[in-house]
Amino acid sequence: MRMITRLALLALVAWATSGLAHAGVSAPLQVHDAWIRVLPGALPNAGYAILTNPGNQEVKLVAARSNAYARVMLHESSESGGISRMHAVDHLSVPAHGSVRLAPGGYHLMLMHAVHPVKIGSRVTITLRFADGRTQDASFLARPANASGVND
Amino acid sequence: MMRVSSLALLVLLGACSSAAKPRFDLTNVTGHLPNLKFQLTADNGKTMTAKDFRGKVVMMYFGYTHCPDVCPLTMTRMHVVMQQLGKLADGIRFLFVSVDPARDTVPVLHQYVTAFDKHDVGLTGTPDQIRALAKRYRAAFDRGKVQKDGGYEVNHSAAIYIFDSKGHARVLATPATSNKDLEHDLRLLLKGA
Repeated sequence: MRMITRLALLALVAWATSGLAHAGVSAPLQVHDAWIRVLPGALPNAGYAILTNPGNQEVKLVAARSNAYARVMLHESSESGGISRMHAVDHLSVPAHGSVRLAPGGYHLMLMHAVHPVKIGSRVTITLRFADGRTQDASFLARPANASGVND
Repeated sequence: MMRVSSLALLVLLGACSSAAKPRFDLTNVTGHLPNLKFQLTADNGKTMTAKDFRGKVVMMYFGYTHCPDVCPLTMTRMHVVMQQLGKLADGIRFLFVSVDPARDTVPVLHQYVTAFDKHDVGLTGTPDQIRALAKRYRAAFDRGKVQKDGGYEVNHSAAIYIFDSKGHARVLATPATSNKDLEHDLRLLLKGA
């Protein structure tokens, strides 16, 4: 019994000192205009947002996850020589007092295998994970396939 | 009387010269690319050929449905332009040719194109048919590495090929093209330029 209590206490301490517990008070980034382009059926979707870093230190986004999708990847689209390409990126740096746009045709979150069909107009929570281990939840608005942005 | 006929002549001349040399904003490819020609399976399940689109201004784009970013961006831009054109858009068809026929079955393609604009038509076919069409327009595509979950990306030509109502290749749009320029040239082609 005492053992269990001690374990629980340890877990509580670990949780309290992790970024998760602090996410509300000192989120590393400000997330604006977050939306998802929902494609029909089982096709992958894309997540977009403006990430602003109000701090004095660079913030490095290294991963993202969501309960709504089996897999979330950081991706970048590019075009060269008339050819469109898409590739995975292992991190995205948001400079101190700077912003990075995840926007159509550039950086985006590739959202694969929706667990349930994502309803247009609903909100999806995506958890961003940073190089220092901190995490932050962001709320994304589900938009139709032919949306141009978060509120067109 | 004289004045009227000379005025008419001027108007006629004006019409002739503009018909001979339309001022396109996009890259003019008139005479440099072959006429629209294909036989593929449309997203309604029927075999369609270029002849089925005679009388329509045709935009043709090579893409794939598992492309969550650039293809929807392109198709959304086309949708915005179509909306700008209002009723005139009924004279246009946007052909989305799948460069991923293995995954782009007729039902998948149908769901995909109908999510964007009512003037969109999805086309798929055998790998040989698709390759031949892409080659005809010098449009490159290649499949990327297969990932752990079996998924893969397809690198593909970013261009939109635009044909007049007789099936002649006329202008080429790219992702850098502004909607305004695209709309301008579509209006010219709809007027029979």
